[in-house]
Amino acid sequence: MNMRRILLGAIASLPLLGLTPGMALAAEDPILLGEINSYTRLPAFTEPYKKGWQLAVEQVNAEGGIDGRMLEVISRDDTGDPATAIRIAEEMVTKDGVTLLFGTFLSNIGLAVADFAKQKQVLFLASEPLTDALVWSKGNKYTYRLRPSTHMQAAMLAEQAAKLDAVKWATVAPNYAYGQDAVKAFKAELTRLRPDVEFVEEQWPPVFKIDAGSTVRALEAAKPDAIYNVTFGGDLPKFVREGSLRFLFEDRPVVSLLTGEPEYLLPLGDETPEGWIVTGYPPAAIETEEHVAFAKAYMDKFGEEPRTGSIVGYNSILAIAAALRKAGSTETEALLEAMEGLQVESSPTGPFMFRAADHQSTMGAYVGKTALVDGKPTMVDWVYADGADYLPSEEEAAKLRPAE
Amino acid sequence: MGFYFAQLLTGLANASSLFLIASGLSIIFGVTRIVNFAHGSLYMVGAYLAYTLVSAMDLGAFGFWLGVLVAAAIVGLIGLLIEMTILRRIYHAPELFQLVATFGVLLIFQDATLAIWGAQDLLGPRAPGLDGALRIMGEPIPEYDLALIAIGPLVLLGIWLLFRKTRWGVLVRAATQDREMVAALGVNQAWLFSATFVLGAFLAGLGGALQIPRETVSLQMDLSVIGEAFVIVVIGGMGSVTGAYVAAVLISVLNAFAILIFPQVSIVLPFIVMAIVLTLRPHGLFGAAGSEHGAPTEPEQPLRLMGEKGMMILFAAMAVFALSPVIVGDFTTVLLVDVMVATLFAVSLHFMMGIGGMVSFGHAAYFGIGAYAAAMMVKQLGIGMLPTIFLAPAVAGAGALFFGWFCVRLSGVYLAMLTLAAAQILWGITFQWQQFTGGDDGIVGVWPAGWASSDKVYFYLAFVCCIGGIWFLRRAAHSPFGYTLRGIRDSRTRAEAIGVDSRFHQWMGFTLAGAVAGLAGTIFAFSKGSVFPDSLGIAQSIDGLIMVLLGGIHALAGPILGAGVFVMIEDWVTRLAYWRVIFGIIILVVVLLAPDGIAGGINRLFARIRAVRKGGTA
Amino acid sequence: MNTVLEARNLSKAFGGIQAVDDFSFDLRRGEFLALIGPNGAGKTTCFNMLNGYLKPDRGSVRLQGKELVGIRPRKIWRMGVGRTFQITETFLSMTVLENVQMALISYHRRCFDLFSRATRLYRDRAEQLLELVSMQEHASRACSELAYGDLKRLELAIALAHDPVLLLMDEPTAGMAPSERVALMALTAEIVARQQVSVVFTEHDMDVVFAHAHRILVLNRGELIAEGTGSEIRENPMVQEVYLGGGAVFEAENEAASA
Repeated sequence: MNMRRILLGAIASLPLLGLTPGMALAAEDPILLGEINSYTRLPAFTEPYKKGWQLAVEQVNAEGGIDGRMLEVISRDDTGDPATAIRIAEEMVTKDGVTLLFGTFLSNIGLAVADFAKQKQVLFLASEPLTDALVWSKGNKYTYRLRPSTHMQAAMLAEQAAKLDAVKWATVAPNYAYGQDAVKAFKAELTRLRPDVEFVEEQWPPVFKIDAGSTVRALEAAKPDAIYNVTFGGDLPKFVREGSLRFLFEDRPVVSLLTGEPEYLLPLGDETPEGWIVTGYPPAAIETEEHVAFAKAYMDKFGEEPRTGSIVGYNSILAIAAALRKAGSTETEALLEAMEGLQVESSPTGPFMFRAADHQSTMGAYVGKTALVDGKPTMVDWVYADGADYLPSEEEAAKLRPAE
Repeated sequence: MGFYFAQLLTGLANASSLFLIASGLSIIFGVTRIVNFAHGSLYMVGAYLAYTLVSAMDLGAFGFWLGVLVAAAIVGLIGLLIEMTILRRIYHAPELFQLVATFGVLLIFQDATLAIWGAQDLLGPRAPGLDGALRIMGEPIPEYDLALIAIGPLVLLGIWLLFRKTRWGVLVRAATQDREMVAALGVNQAWLFSATFVLGAFLAGLGGALQIPRETVSLQMDLSVIGEAFVIVVIGGMGSVTGAYVAAVLISVLNAFAILIFPQVSIVLPFIVMAIVLTLRPHGLFGAAGSEHGAPTEPEQPLRLMGEKGMMILFAAMAVFALSPVIVGDFTTVLLVDVMVATLFAVSLHFMMGIGGMVSFGHAAYFGIGAYAAAMMVKQLGIGMLPTIFLAPAVAGAGALFFGWFCVRLSGVYLAMLTLAAAQILWGITFQWQQFTGGDDGIVGVWPAGWASSDKVYFYLAFVCCIGGIWFLRRAAHSPFGYTLRGIRDSRTRAEAIGVDSRFHQWMGFTLAGAVAGLAGTIFAFSKGSVFPDSLGIAQSIDGLIMVLLGGIHALAGPILGAGVFVMIEDWVTRLAYWRVIFGIIILVVVLLAPDGIAGGINRLFARIRAVRKGGTA
Repeated sequence: MNTVLEARNLSKAFGGIQAVDDFSFDLRRGEFLALIGPNGAGKTTCFNMLNGYLKPDRGSVRLQGKELVGIRPRKIWRMGVGRTFQITETFLSMTVLENVQMALISYHRRCFDLFSRATRLYRDRAEQLLELVSMQEHASRACSELAYGDLKRLELAIALAHDPVLLLMDEPTAGMAPSERVALMALTAEIVARQQVSVVFTEHDMDVVFAHAHRILVLNRGELIAEGTGSEIRENPMVQEVYLGGGAVFEAENEAASA
């Protein structure tokens, strides 16, 4: 195996001799990291993310880098197209000679790069994509994922939903992989906890093209006790506006995926619905030592509060730095070994680790209720839900993955 | 009962929103024959401006409506600027060429909006005095919906009066029906076109501004609305404002009821309705025959077989290209595969558009079918890579055979829109049907067979397939079949009069182009290792269209130049911050310098050099 | 007696207006037959029923004994009927020679050939046809550069490409200068005589009609009102009546046309 890789590496690098710094990097040379994300397609989410990893890189380097070597990130815009992302990944690996790849937001791009990582045998840390397939049905040896997945966040909400009296549920989710997975996971978890619930209505608006008025009316017509919402981005404010105008949310609990993330919550402004049970991130309210330090540094550097993307970007670099330190090498095999069960002892969201069985991190999310505090949308009554509690056991998870 | 009535009102309110943007698009197309891709951008800018103005003024109901109108007026002025600085210079370019310019404008607007208003979605204020809901038959109806329901027909009435009661309006209507006649009457066409563009832009801005009480203002507004707006225009009949209103009502009300029964259908519903309408009425509901074509343009020059010198240069270039993997790094090899795939795709589209005269806005359908067929054959049926390279394009050809049968019954923009409908319906199914296609998660692990997995070997495989495909279509262009297609494009009457079954030949041309696009898709799938619905999405179709038009539709070399330039520039420019504005400007510069495409521009350049040389020696 | 075409009881109505009513005629081999009448007389309707673009409500058209009614125009062409258009229809993006070659390619059913070079097929025959209409020196010019009269001659060459037995010419001299008209019709008449093709043509220019037509059919309001040679038609009082009283009208029309 090792022999073959070295041989392949040697062949692959032949035409590059003289073009790149070469194979034998001196100790002072920086460690190159390849980073890909949808910067022009989804700037609202990827800009805070970029700031997050920039801050972390700066901090790691200020502390002397990794064994004296600085981190250097080559960052590129994938334009929202998986094919472009692959081309960029190829360039980073074969031309720039990066040690590993990280990033991506859209699930399809995450999956495309993950498969590329498997083919080219390079480590890929998927920072933001949520799809369960990334670590389960389409998981591979070379791919790890940081952010809590669709399944985990849906399970966190299902736990809260099970405490409600509601029996008749309606769901509304964008009609594509993410929405479908989110509804499936929520249904499975809630039914497991509360066998008496029934799902009386499902709405599947096209993503970013919701006909909110009609959707709200269709939900209303089913007269559910409670609603599970997965819509996000531009669809969410439309849904909230039409829903509150038409009294859909009167006396009706709503549990809503990701809505507590500042990226989605802040645009709702003073129309933020009160008391929705959501997963998200309340940057101003977390008072752990690590988080306070992080939030202050972020504020000082960028003049704004961190968002979910910021924390994901920041934690990505923390995880990568931990892996590089543990591996003591930039060789992929060593890094892969380091990633298995890698512990990140300290992060703004608390310690987390990467599970060896399914390569999912146990980084959690905050579950709480939406509220307007001083006219500003925020989360109240929140708790930190540790990701480890919402994942199937490692044995079960391993069965979800294809045989290597 | 009350429930259904309320659902109807919801549909009507949406219809007004759609109508406002579609009416402007329809008027612009009717008079200037420009397919305005930037119309969604004008709509978006209208919304952003209204957000800023209304928030800033904070003058209650008066301030809100004033803000909306001022925003729309500013967008009208932006429209004037675009028309006078760019579009006016290229009215005589080949049919549809102007859409390349509007695409450049779209890119510039995307970055400009991001720079000015930032990335975060903005939630505008609700309309003062209309921020609650009324109970009608016991059902809550937002007051603003009722306002919109009234605004749609009012704007329709306003346009109607403008067109019937003013001299300008009469001229606009005349120009919609017969441009030459208006020119012959001595009307100043330039100003007529400018004014039309301003009106269209104003309506788009108004449509956007009126959306702020309903949705957040976001950077996705431009692209999310443009597809549907085109659908409305086409269902109504290009150039017909009444048609646009009827179509908007049809789509919106149908959607409001359809999601009660079959919620998943929303994404493809407009396209299904459009396909049905066009199949039954080839010019839309209210369109007139002849409304489908752009401005008449100079006929193309006869094709010439390449001379010996040209052949030698070509062979030399091919040889250098074939040897390139030895010289350049692996990444460049990968980039060259992308260039070849894009070129084959563009050449297949050119075969259909340039040779066959059938404009396609949905050519990615066959590219995507090829890619998906390849992925499924390898992953689900366990067929080897080599047989797949033959079989997958055949599947794409079969897809083109099916959709082509409907499409060749139409012509011009209607044909183009039906191809778009086919592509969007396929895309919608692929995107949503997770069990069968993997949905948005796509199909991964579609890598070449072991022996071809190195970048170099795959380069040569792609080289054989892509250059082979391009050579084949070039050969076909010079063959009796290619000549027959060009003949049908030039004059269907003449073709029929010499015994040619024009529709059948077009159908076969459509199929052939689809199969070759499928080959491009197959090579693409193996080079990327995964396929996603994006491969049959609208962006892929538009990229192809831009490559063909930018390269020059009247030359066989056009799509090759266009694809090469497009992919290379895109690869370079996306490394920069604010690359969209740079890319947009590059496109506009090319468009203004070479209104007949890059190939045409190069020809003129050489002609000038030759003339100078001759002048020098004489 | 060698009859090429038999039209029997042709009738066609458009929304209650009888455009052509019970119209019959025969055409002999090599005959040059003119179809005339004032505007709205039904000439074009009649013409389009012969070439298959319109289906008659009643009646039949037989070409050498074979029924043409209900057959598509392109099949009719294949049975040996060529045609030219009132406003020329040619392939503007091709050369003059290629236009003729296309007709030959179609005639030889080679339209689906994907590998030959179209410009190398049937070159000699196409050149012969161009020579026939004296267009040989224009062979390699782009069709879009031709003068109108040359386009008309090109159309004639195209129409003759498949050795038709019958040629249908819709206002062959429309839009041409008077001197060109005479030349074109003289050329047509000569070819017709040499190749033993039969011709039906409609025409406004009475000089052309009287100079070349072997026989003239006069239509008015969809009915055949007169039939005969040039001089017979000139003398026919009904025809004079139709053309608003008096033979002077013919001259007047000529002047108007040549102005």
